Amino acid sequence: MADAATIQCECRLEKVNKIYQIGGRTVSALTDINFEIQSGEFWAIMGPSGAGKSSLLNLLGCLDRPTSGNFHLCGQDISTLDDNGLSELRLRKLGFIFQSFHLIPELTVRENIELPLFYLDRNSSRNRQRAQELAVLVGLDDRLRHRPSELSGGQQQRVAVARALANDPAILLADEPTGNLDSATGKKIMDMLLQLNERGKTIIMVTHEASVATYARRTLHMRDGRIDFFS
Amino acid sequence: MFYYFIREIKLGIKNLLLHGLRSLLTMLGMVFGVGSVIAMLAVGEGASREALQQILLLGSNNIIINTVKPADGGGSKSQVRNNLSMYGLLHDDVDRLVTFSSIEKIVPVRLLSKEARLGKQSIEVRLVGTLPAWFDMVGRDFVAGRPLLDADEKTKANVVVLTEYAARKLLAGHKSIGQYVRIGGNVFQVVGIVRSRGGAGGTVKVPDQTNDAYIPLSSMNERFGTIDVRRSAGSRERELVELHQILVQVDENTVEATARGIRAMLERFHTKNDFLLHIPLALLKQAEETKRTFNIVLGSIAGISLLVGGIGIMNIMLASVTERTREIGIRRAIGAKRKHIVGQFLVETVVLSTTGGLTGIAVGLLIPWFISRLSGLPTVVTPLSLILSLAISMAVGIIFGLYPAIRAARLDPIVALRHD
Ligand SMILES: Nc1ncnc2c1ncn2[C@@H]1O[C@H](COP(=O)(O)OP(=O)(O)OP(=O)(O)O)[C@@H](O)[C@H]1O
Ligand SMILES: [Mg+2]
Repeated sequence: MADAATIQCECRLEKVNKIYQIGGRTVSALTDINFEIQSGEFWAIMGPSGAGKSSLLNLLGCLDRPTSGNFHLCGQDISTLDDNGLSELRLRKLGFIFQSFHLIPELTVRENIELPLFYLDRNSSRNRQRAQELAVLVGLDDRLRHRPSELSGGQQQRVAVARALANDPAILLADEPTGNLDSATGKKIMDMLLQLNERGKTIIMVTHEASVATYARRTLHMRDGRIDFFS
Repeated sequence: MFYYFIREIKLGIKNLLLHGLRSLLTMLGMVFGVGSVIAMLAVGEGASREALQQILLLGSNNIIINTVKPADGGGSKSQVRNNLSMYGLLHDDVDRLVTFSSIEKIVPVRLLSKEARLGKQSIEVRLVGTLPAWFDMVGRDFVAGRPLLDADEKTKANVVVLTEYAARKLLAGHKSIGQYVRIGGNVFQVVGIVRSRGGAGGTVKVPDQTNDAYIPLSSMNERFGTIDVRRSAGSRERELVELHQILVQVDENTVEATARGIRAMLERFHTKNDFLLHIPLALLKQAEETKRTFNIVLGSIAGISLLVGGIGIMNIMLASVTERTREIGIRRAIGAKRKHIVGQFLVETVVLSTTGGLTGIAVGLLIPWFISRLSGLPTVVTPLSLILSLAISMAVGIIFGLYPAIRAARLDPIVALRHD
């Protein structure tokens, strides 16, 4: 597997605001966010419900664009990119892990893991091999032909991790990766993320469990859409 | 791009199979639309080809004038003496037609129904009294012997040309050319055997029939007299019909004008409605016109059924997009571009409509085959109709799949991800 540490990819946010508009009403989800994330770091984002953690992560994941302010990712100014450009960035630099796994139920484990490679349009026999390697990495190489519904929550999340790694991303983004898991299974996933971070992957993770946040080297605390403090 | 495309199609088929029944029901609209159109086209094409063939048998530069019995039986205004009805085309008509400069050939025909006999064999023939030019105009192949000659006409010779069918029935076991046969009590010598193309039945009357026997017109009038006596239901019916038919060959470009001229001339001299003009060229044009109308009607039906099929597909795809909103969100988060999502759904609709179209083609091939089998109606499936329906069903897939696909691609990834 390629060593992600060699890929330099920092995040820089300057005076970032995110305002949602719903039927004339405006909701300020993020206000005046300034911070930087260096390559290879492991960040946790914490805060009470509605603090704007997911909004921030969606921004960092290029699923959304700031209403105002500057956001640079991997040296690119996000505001200059169109929908295609953002997709391209997600495809090549980012990997997502979601609270409710978000596997595609109709596809097998292997097909789910291969999905990002599908959009990278790579040779399909090499894709198979890569899916196999990743399945070995997350310890599910005996389940490649199974459907997600035939797996436990922990196993499903491991498939999701494998899928997030398929395109060899510089940054892994995880929104409450252990939120739907019991603490023992959650710990397994966190150990896996920690290992990946030690191999050089930048990890940004939203959580509201303090025990999970201890895995991260830095924590960003949010409140009412603002950065409360770092720790 | 290649791997991507193959996988998209595979995935599309997989997704359709996942909802097998639903896909099948959606497809039915296309299947029946395409199937019925191909079947109807095949029947229409078959019918029109048959009509065309029959019309061409008549010769497109010919005009056929037939004697018809007037509604009053040729009685009231004509002389009715001893039940004699007089009507129909006259030798004078032929003389008057000669003055038309656009007419190239005129062949008068008189018809009698007689029994032909040779030894114990006998058949009912349609005795055709005509001129040698008949064989030039109708143009049938000779199996053996020769046609009638001008000399036969002049000398009122007792010679006959039989059709192949009549010859087979009558001359079996005997020599053919030179054989003497009895027709209506008179002896005629067989001089030729001609291959008939008439008698196939149909909407258009071909000048010849399978049971024809051709003799010189002069001989007919000499041997059988000019009055035809028929006994029917105890009463004797006597008819004086000089000519039953006049075949006219015209310069191809003046057919319609000449026909108008002939009609006007005949109407002037015939006070009763005792003739009828058949103009193969007009029939041809009429047949083409009919076919065009038929095709327009068919096209509209096809259009409507494909529209219905297309709407069915669109409906299902819209439902599918809603159902798979979260999947779309996942794919977008992973890095799928809008065009990938459009492609995914478009491939599905095109696979759906094309499969429907192909099945429809199979149905459309089977139905005409059955129709031909069961009713004997000729059907012709043209390759063009197959290619066209396949192309149209693919187009239907693209047209009706585009909106759902674009709607899917325009979903906000975050909103789509949150959808459950
Ligand atoms: N798409 C949206 N449209 C409108 N308002 C939104 C949208 N997404 C988020 N918000 C609002 O922005 C604020 C922050 O939401 P966000 O989901 O980021 O919170 P969170 O910190 O992730 O909360 P939780 O811990 O419950 O997941 C909330 O007030 C929410 O209502
Ligand atoms: Mg959240």
